Amino acid sequence: MEALPKWADAVLVPLISIVIAFAISALVILAIGENPLEAMRLMVEGAIASTYGWGYTLFYATNFIFTGLAVAVAFHAGLFNIGGEGQATLGGLGVALVLLNVAWPHWTVALAAAVLGAMAFGALWALVPAWLQAKRGSHIVITTIMFNFIAAALLNYLLVNVLKPAGQMDPATARFAAATVVPKLAHILGAVGIPFNPRTPANIALVLALVAAFLVWILLWHTRLGYQVRAFGKSEPAARYAGISPVRITLWAMLISGGLAGLMTVNTVMGEAQRLVMNVSEGAGFIGIAVALMGRSHPVGVVLAALLFGFLYQGGAELEFWTSITRELIVVIQALVILFTGALDEMVRAPLARLFVAIRGRR
Amino acid sequence: MTLMQSLLGAAATVALTAGAALAEPGLVIDMGGKFDKSFNEAAWRGAERWKAETGGSYRDIEMQQEAQREQFVRRMVDAGSNPIVVLGFQNMATLEKVAPDYPDTRFALIDGVVDLPNVRSIIFAEHEGSYLVGLLAAMASKSGTVGFVGGMDVPLIRKFGCGYAQGVLAANPNAKIIANFTGTTPAAWADPVKGGEIARSQIDQGADVVYAAAGATGIGVLQAAADAGVYSIGVDSNQNHLHPGSVLTSMLKRVDNATYEVFKAGPAVETGIVVMDLAAGGVGWALDENNAALITDAMKAKVAEAEAAIIAGTLKVHDYMSDDSCPAITF
Repeated sequence: MEALPKWADAVLVPLISIVIAFAISALVILAIGENPLEAMRLMVEGAIASTYGWGYTLFYATNFIFTGLAVAVAFHAGLFNIGGEGQATLGGLGVALVLLNVAWPHWTVALAAAVLGAMAFGALWALVPAWLQAKRGSHIVITTIMFNFIAAALLNYLLVNVLKPAGQMDPATARFAAATVVPKLAHILGAVGIPFNPRTPANIALVLALVAAFLVWILLWHTRLGYQVRAFGKSEPAARYAGISPVRITLWAMLISGGLAGLMTVNTVMGEAQRLVMNVSEGAGFIGIAVALMGRSHPVGVVLAALLFGFLYQGGAELEFWTSITRELIVVIQALVILFTGALDEMVRAPLARLFVAIRGRR
Repeated sequence: MTLMQSLLGAAATVALTAGAALAEPGLVIDMGGKFDKSFNEAAWRGAERWKAETGGSYRDIEMQQEAQREQFVRRMVDAGSNPIVVLGFQNMATLEKVAPDYPDTRFALIDGVVDLPNVRSIIFAEHEGSYLVGLLAAMASKSGTVGFVGGMDVPLIRKFGCGYAQGVLAANPNAKIIANFTGTTPAAWADPVKGGEIARSQIDQGADVVYAAAGATGIGVLQAAADAGVYSIGVDSNQNHLHPGSVLTSMLKRVDNATYEVFKAGPAVETGIVVMDLAAGGVGWALDENNAALITDAMKAKVAEAEAAIIAGTLKVHDYMSDDSCPAITF
């Protein structure tokens, strides 16, 4: 029998980790002479007390849901995909190429095409490291992180030399046609009578992200492929013995993972910027690792963790805007949360497990 | 609906408190960060000078995320700031999108042109200033080889490098110019370690003057040159004091003046395109007690001659961005 009950593992451990992270952040804020309670109030107010705040919190959360799911799927196959950045970069390229080169009559068709473009490009970028891992045993951690740099360099080259409109200095593509503008969350909610700040970037990609989370759940727990992925991740020899092909599972898991990472650009490139800029992924690929860790690689957990990080991003921005707390310190706070929820997870779990065992022993 | 009502109530409260603030100028700083000892810091210094002189206050914010470009400019308007100085060419698209929504607020964009009635577009003739420091570099160099370390490889930075190369070749037609860029992503603006490595590699190849046009990355370039006992050239702000005796000069880009002028003019600041070239005092080179011993009278005379010729229009320094090519160097 496991030392920790399931609910404690899924809820209590992350919760305690967050509390510790915030407590240390409070000390840091105190040390620079600001009021931590006031800071917390500003963050909460700025991130979730208005539809303006929600508009940004959900926008960031959408990115993190996609990248978190991407990492989670690979995790289940025992693969550590830290190439979300590069896969998202290529996904953005896919979105831009699809939207720039075809005169789409309506945003619905454009959205479908952009989704396919983002997934295809992101998946193909993950395919190379996957193939190298499956066939050549090149470690996926090394190859995926290297591919992040290659992706950044490739996009830079393409933007500066190919995609940039003549005479423009900013290394970015032209704006996409007006017909490809997708509805914002404000429009969707407005249609059902809920007023929402229209000047925020949250858009229909949030719905896509939630659908993706549901589909990942179906895939992992209700399909043959998902079963094979999880079996392979738990024990490769056992999976091999059961007739599961390691090459096939590695390739599929990474293709799906890369596709999901690429999808985040439907939110940023198509939903927000309406053009492709150099800095497509903005670290969301890395945040996805923390999100997946914190969310226990379960879609529901990923969505919740993504919301937390969306809150941290938007709340952090507000904190920076209204106080003299610098952006470096905001990064410190975000990093503390990542550190405690992701990396130092065991630090909380082990004592907690002992505690549960002790309580049980007394009964 | 009660939850939504309370949310809206809170939003309205925030909006009201924001609106109550007096119109004060705002400064939106791009991703490189406020204290890059270079471009952004120059703007901040201009703002601080205005604050010291007028006793006024202003609001500033540093971006971290692409999505914050639009968000922070809007937030500035919501907070009642006017005029708002926005730094960096990457915010051209930001203002193109945001400025039309706020016709009563005036924006000033540094390093880019946005053709809107409420935007002041401030551009600098970096190629002219770089030409001058190129002359100085060639005259100070004993090896005949000089280096250029750019930040992110974009046309704007090639414009610096191209002006520099023209200046170098004007003073010494046989000079060799080694040009490298720190990176291909915006991280290249804030990577002093890599900047130092590139500078060391150029010094190993014989360069004895290295010009850094790389934002905060340049700090590493200047450090590497000082460590190796060769000359460096700073950029944007006056960086002569960082390593006295090693920093030959700095190519000044008077972002501080541009910011100061906008703040001083207040909400009535003139819009349209403002070209801060050599004639307008927008660019130049730094001469102070830290580098006085390094600049000979012959060097001064040569640069003064070139300055006069550029201002008079008899000497045209090629602007890389006018046709995306450079006659003096291939990048």
